[in-house]
Amino acid sequence: MKWFISHDTLRSPFQATIERHCKERIGHCYQCGKCSAGCPIAFQMDYLPNQIIRMIQLGMEKQVLSSRTIWLCASCLTCTVRCPREIDVAEIMDYLRRCAYKKGVIPIEETEIPLFNKIFLRNIELFGRLYEMGLIGMYNILSGEFFKDMALAPKMFLKRKIGILPPRIKNSKEIKKIFRESGRLGRTRRDKLLHPKLIFLNISRKIIGKIERFK
Amino acid sequence: MRYAYFPGCSLHSTAKEYDISTRAVAEALGIELLEIPDWICCGATPAHITMHLLSLALPVKNLLLAKEMDSYEVVTCCAACFSRLKIANKIMREDPEHRAGVNEIVGQDYKGEVKVRHFLDLLVNVYGLSNLSEKIAKKMDGFKVACYYGCLLTRPPEVTKLDDVEEPHMMDDIMRAVGVKTVEWPYKVECCGASFSLTKTDIVLKLSGDILQMARDEGADAIVVACPLCQSNLDLRQPEINRKLKKKFDMPILYFTQLVGLALGIEPKKLGFDKHIINPAKLLV
Repeated sequence: MKWFISHDTLRSPFQATIERHCKERIGHCYQCGKCSAGCPIAFQMDYLPNQIIRMIQLGMEKQVLSSRTIWLCASCLTCTVRCPREIDVAEIMDYLRRCAYKKGVIPIEETEIPLFNKIFLRNIELFGRLYEMGLIGMYNILSGEFFKDMALAPKMFLKRKIGILPPRIKNSKEIKKIFRESGRLGRTRRDKLLHPKLIFLNISRKIIGKIERFK
Repeated sequence: MRYAYFPGCSLHSTAKEYDISTRAVAEALGIELLEIPDWICCGATPAHITMHLLSLALPVKNLLLAKEMDSYEVVTCCAACFSRLKIANKIMREDPEHRAGVNEIVGQDYKGEVKVRHFLDLLVNVYGLSNLSEKIAKKMDGFKVACYYGCLLTRPPEVTKLDDVEEPHMMDDIMRAVGVKTVEWPYKVECCGASFSLTKTDIVLKLSGDILQMARDEGADAIVVACPLCQSNLDLRQPEINRKLKKKFDMPILYFTQLVGLALGIEPKKLGFDKHIINPAKLLV
């Protein structure tokens, strides 16, 4: 199939929105591939970072937002530092994830990371500081991997590296206000923090995986 | 020297030895660290992935708490907290649109005026390496270490302003100043898999396994880090790396503060040497 890329396709509205929000010049990318060469997670991605940038230029919004790549980005910033055209690739990945989160796009093959993020933030909202036991317990239950890292727990307890009780701080009302106001100003619906579809997809994927391995 | 100290969540739990050793070193050098009362989580990676304003408001809240203290330059040890605090400061200084939003959320006026330092920066650029060398009480030349910096200490350089971005040397300088031998190795700023420890454990095992392999190949007896997540991925996951990747690593992963403390003559127990999964006792002989 032949593709004719005209000026109109290259200045897609999707690209213009991202350029406006991130203050980055995506049109400057000349596809050298340096971002993908340095990316530590590239071996697991469905599209390489430079391909994602190209897809934005071509306006492939749906494919980009439902890709596994945006969730697998570890925010290590190697791409950002090395880009010869000074494009902040990691910031664009961040924007794409926030965009997917706002629009409720959940990639069917990549559910663990969005689920973890939501549990993490709910944890902070409730306790002010990270309550590890709560985070790990909640994540194991909701992701369907009930016994993950159980062998590590006794060692952690003995070395007093992990507490049983949640941390306590005074200004819990202020923290709740910060979360509420951030959601309101950023126009993000926070009632979706623990999305039933996300939990269902995660558990069903785990069970299917177990059955396949059993076969 | 007085500083507002922001430990962060990890230093109160999985990285307790980092907290203990930092306080011990600071005390021995006459640096006063006052913990910010009622500090909250900086939001780490999950916040900036999910809601931009939230990822700025959480660090700003902490910086405002520090501003109320009598000395308000903030010192932190965690690489992620350091990065989030620095990024929030930069945006609050340079971006009026986000500044207005964040100020509305926290209900106070903040323009990025609180200075943020990493403890590494404090030792090298404020206390001074020559002053540190004078305080050495214990010789430690029986082993070699590989200094591992990871992602967020140096990247992005225009925010952290800490060290060379591809070839950092701050930790190496400190180690040499206290008499510890270091190796030159190419994986100083590779990624360990960071926050994927729970969600994508296989990725973490591969990336951390590569780092351990490279350190061993270059002749290191231990790896020295300045980030609680790097430490837990390399230390806590090391038995699993050995099992899954069929390796036989026995590489202690230490915080730079632990080795500095040891050189200053502080007892290993007071530096949290008993809290590691891979026992560092062989280095202490």
